[in-house]
Amino acid sequence: MRLDADEREFMCSGHAACPGCGAVIALRIFTKAMGENTILVIPASCTGVIVGVYPQSVMRIPVVHAPMPAGASVASGLRAALDMRGDTDTTVVAWAGDGGTFDIGFQALSGAVERNEDFIYVCYDNEAYMNTGIQRSSSTPYGAWTTTTPGQDWKRLRKKNIVEALVAHRIPYVATANIAFPEDLVRKVKKAKSIKGSKFLHIFASCPPGWRIPSEISVKTARMAVQANIFPLYEVEDGVRYTINYKGKQRPVQDYFEVQGRFSHLTAEDFEQIQKMVEEDWGLLQRKAGYQAADACIQSSSAQRAIKTNKVF
Amino acid sequence: MKQVLEGNSAVAEAVRLARVQVISAYPITPQSHIVEVLSDYCASGKMDARYLRVESEHSCLAALVGAACGGVRTFTATSSAGLAYMHEMLHWTAGSRLPIVMAEVNRALGAPWNIWSDQTDSLSQRDTGWIQLYCEDGQEVFDTTLQAFRLAEWVNLPVMVVTEGFLISHTYEPVDIPEQEEVDRFLPPYNPAFKVDTKNPFTVNSIAPPSIYMEIRHDNAMAMDEVPERFDDVEKEFEVLFNRRYGAVEAINCDDAEIILVTSGTITSTARLLLEDLRDRGEKVGLLKMKMFRPFPVEQVCRALKSAMKVAVIDRNFSSGAGGIFLQEVRAALCNREDRPLVFGYIVGLGGRDVTKAVLEDIYKMTKNSDVPSDKSVWIGLREVKHAIGR
Repeated sequence: MRLDADEREFMCSGHAACPGCGAVIALRIFTKAMGENTILVIPASCTGVIVGVYPQSVMRIPVVHAPMPAGASVASGLRAALDMRGDTDTTVVAWAGDGGTFDIGFQALSGAVERNEDFIYVCYDNEAYMNTGIQRSSSTPYGAWTTTTPGQDWKRLRKKNIVEALVAHRIPYVATANIAFPEDLVRKVKKAKSIKGSKFLHIFASCPPGWRIPSEISVKTARMAVQANIFPLYEVEDGVRYTINYKGKQRPVQDYFEVQGRFSHLTAEDFEQIQKMVEEDWGLLQRKAGYQAADACIQSSSAQRAIKTNKVF
Repeated sequence: MKQVLEGNSAVAEAVRLARVQVISAYPITPQSHIVEVLSDYCASGKMDARYLRVESEHSCLAALVGAACGGVRTFTATSSAGLAYMHEMLHWTAGSRLPIVMAEVNRALGAPWNIWSDQTDSLSQRDTGWIQLYCEDGQEVFDTTLQAFRLAEWVNLPVMVVTEGFLISHTYEPVDIPEQEEVDRFLPPYNPAFKVDTKNPFTVNSIAPPSIYMEIRHDNAMAMDEVPERFDDVEKEFEVLFNRRYGAVEAINCDDAEIILVTSGTITSTARLLLEDLRDRGEKVGLLKMKMFRPFPVEQVCRALKSAMKVAVIDRNFSSGAGGIFLQEVRAALCNREDRPLVFGYIVGLGGRDVTKAVLEDIYKMTKNSDVPSDKSVWIGLREVKHAIGR
């Protein structure tokens, strides 16, 4: 299937990412959907390294590197400068990892979107501090091993729900996306680009070394997260209008967990508990989407789901 | 035209006349009036600028970094804890060679809480790569702010215009404010050395490995080394138009002085009065006012102090374990000179305590009557209190 995106590549070969890196897949598709009138602000993250070491760059669009807490604030200032220059064609994008978004960059992000800064903020989420060597972040999911949640001290806390935190700011557009669903990603990028004000895209991006998976199942693993309702594809407009975008093959969470080394210590009882947690979150999301659609028949049963969708894969 | 202005308003007037394009601000006492006045100017259309009301000082300076990368003239103001919170971004700004101008209103750092004048906040940022210019009164604050934009944009380094909490920030003084056309002649529109633009894509601040990091740092050092000369050029241009000049340092009666007092900021004004009195009484005393602290004007300092027998460095700041910060720098500047004077150090006025003419006269007498300076700064005017922590 052809993507409804620019034929040109804005990311050259020769990048410094690991094989199978989800961040690179996300960035390539994202920039093709955005086109050339785009400036990337990249706070400290894997991408900060991937895009090239001085004097080389793999990006054909301008890049401004930023300190780790400062993605949203540097992007705010850059937008202000472009406005003063009369440049209304260019879109400013902050491109941050989960650490730079959920944790150290959250204050600046919250401040910027409260001001409804006119930019797209992308969090590519690989669920830990991968660039520094797989340390846990507040995006690391329940059950995961990381180098700072080792052995029997695996993470027994929920992943922060960053999407709902952004929705609570009532910004014009918040959406989740996934490297395994490029058409959906492209559509959301274009939609974000067409809206004025703060837009937040949460892109699920697998990390073979961090997740302890072989690189060739990187995309497949990311897809399974959607199928298991661990990472639902949905979008929220103006903080109230929810639309769930995926209705397709469903899987138990165990399928997704079993292919990844970071969950290898989990027992059948753990899977049962995680399945319950995921179903609870999924039910909550469906109810939010259901409130907006009078004709949608919402049931909390995970087996029979009739949900409002606008795209079926 | 002369106007009676609060020191903070003098800064804001200079920023308006400099036609700053992006302002980013977070409130903190005693700086807040600066950004309040500027927000009025933006709201009323007196200034054509974007004003970002950010959620913290870290974001405040980060936003200006983004704006300056976009090639526009930028300004912010802060104090104390706000400056400390900017610390990472201070390094980042200088490393990026961005000519951001910031008014920094000296205020003591906590703990304990204190909102009054104390230079430790700005001086503890001395290694961040910012030019630092200390001011004595409202007129100097106004003039230095205008000069700061010219200097910053010439050498592509950020400039901190340092004033003092309440003693300058909230004090009303007559300040000569020129017309816009006159300022435009001194400060042309900003023509950035680079600006991020999709028509000419490049990357700003990518990773610099060991093979190039040192060279980039050395470029920074060379730009900083150029500052005393460029500042002199800026002052010459300023003097032609406005008939005022300050110098990186100001040496008063230093040529024949046996003892020279070294001061910065508002203490200088008090020291000027003392100097007149002492000279009337036949004392061979001089005064060296330090305006430029970064880069440290070693040549000018050594030249001014070379004929003195004793130097008394007066610090309204304190580096724990090392004493007064101006003291350290003056000693370091002199250490390789032959016939260098003895250097005495005194700590006064921390957290806004008054530094009167009598205090300075005590310091002069102590210096005159001592043969050997202490290794440490001597604390002046301590009260006896019994609340020491520990055994």
